[in-house]
Amino acid sequence: MRKSKYQKIMPVAMIVITLLFFYLPIILMMVFSFNSSRSLTSWSGFSLQWYQNLFKDRDIISAVTTTVSIAVISTVISTIVGTISAIGISNSKPILKEVILTINNLPILNPDIVTAIGLMLLFSSMSIDKGFLTMLLAHIAFCIPYVILSVLPKLRRLDANIAEAALDLGATPWQALIKVIVPQIMPGIISGALIAFTMSFDDFVISYFVTGNGVKNISILVYTMSKRINPTINALSTIMIVIVTIILIVINIIPLFKKKERTVLE
Amino acid sequence: MKTFSNLVKPYMIWIGVFVVIPMLLIIFYAFTNKGNTVVSIAFTMDNFLKFFDSVYIKVLLKSLEIALITTTICVIIGYPIAYSIANTKSRTQTLLMLLITIPMWINTLVKTYAWISVLSDNGIINSILIKLGLQPITMMYTDFSVILGMVYNFLPFMILEIYTALAKMDHALIDASSDLGANKVQTFEKIIFPLSLSGVISGITLVFLPSVSTFVIPKLLGGGQYMLIGNLIENQFITVGEWNFGSAISLIMAIIILIGMYFARKFDQDGKDSNKQKEIKHA
Repeated sequence: MRKSKYQKIMPVAMIVITLLFFYLPIILMMVFSFNSSRSLTSWSGFSLQWYQNLFKDRDIISAVTTTVSIAVISTVISTIVGTISAIGISNSKPILKEVILTINNLPILNPDIVTAIGLMLLFSSMSIDKGFLTMLLAHIAFCIPYVILSVLPKLRRLDANIAEAALDLGATPWQALIKVIVPQIMPGIISGALIAFTMSFDDFVISYFVTGNGVKNISILVYTMSKRINPTINALSTIMIVIVTIILIVINIIPLFKKKERTVLE
Repeated sequence: MKTFSNLVKPYMIWIGVFVVIPMLLIIFYAFTNKGNTVVSIAFTMDNFLKFFDSVYIKVLLKSLEIALITTTICVIIGYPIAYSIANTKSRTQTLLMLLITIPMWINTLVKTYAWISVLSDNGIINSILIKLGLQPITMMYTDFSVILGMVYNFLPFMILEIYTALAKMDHALIDASSDLGANKVQTFEKIIFPLSLSGVISGITLVFLPSVSTFVIPKLLGGGQYMLIGNLIENQFITVGEWNFGSAISLIMAIIILIGMYFARKFDQDGKDSNKQKEIKHA
């Protein structure tokens, strides 16, 4: 059946319009971060002054440091704890497994704001001072469930006999865990760590409710600054977008190359 | 394996402290009044009764309405887009889906902030309108800007879910249907759409839930006066300091959302079951 011209053009037009809708605002924002005047609508010349402002602004530098350190620490901890817990869960009795997984899913299913106020009430009832520590604990708390969910499917496919064999051959349980189980579930652990890192890096709602004492991450800073137009935010956003895009393209392109190598080898 | 089952114990304590206790605290706060000490706890329904005041009910209805409109727009735009992408060559599909998913990884605040300079009264759209000799339009701080912000943030999830359902569909079924004399519309109606329905439903949950509870998008694009249920909760905790009432609202919202999810899943499962039944009958 031959398609009419209309049928051919329509899908292409729709996809192009959608992509413009997604990217135009972002691109405009990035372009105006290089504007020499304060205006976000009329172009008056190229300048890097907003980027210079960025590195002079103490609030921004401390927000970036907070965001990165919380993301790194919470990723490391939640990946380790999540992986160990997932191994424990997959070896527990079915009923216990069911109960734990149901509770584990709660923070994922709940709206962010509900998780956020729950943690806020928890910290204030334990009278922990709100700040870096509470933000870190909250991030670890909402990252672990995602790590567990990405490790568990890999464990399900794991052959239990292999770890059994390692134990029979005289490996300690620790050795069996590190040398036999972990290498086999590595893809799940890595994707769990990636999810944890991006969730923590981008989080606004939970951080906003559990922070205090002037500790801010990038999202909270953008939220407080965005009430008036400020090209410094454009500059900060541009840097973040460029980093995210590069990481995503690298992650998506590496497998394509690997596939090519494989087909060449075959 | 018994050896490793002990590894679950520390996590049980962890989720006890960081998942179960916070939920219980919300429930506790929702059913008590301000100023409770450990010694004197008096349970009350006041917070819930207060919510059924027409002011707050209106906020809830408004949130549901905005979320419903957002979700509908996302289905109407998302489905044809996902369908068109699924019909391109496999390499183009990978590239297009990468382009659709990149915005998902960009910080929500940054994405929403980007729209302010586009929509505001002296923003990009209005300055173009003025140059063309047309009247400027007020777009910021309206339902329009809030819905636009939500569609912008959540549409990629809808496209991704529908695309995934369409992409894993068995193409032999479509060929079989056309071989058996069905025209394109019939094939779409009887084969493609029913098989992609699970994607549509999970897309709906992924769009509807954050639309109901978000307070960032209405705050940035709707302004300080714009009230959705998320803003109401934020106000109670951050500005007013009414933690008990805030907890009650959160509880009501969480329950509405959980009921919604339950029905979405049930609907999805029923669909699958009846499909299975049909398959068995035809075999």
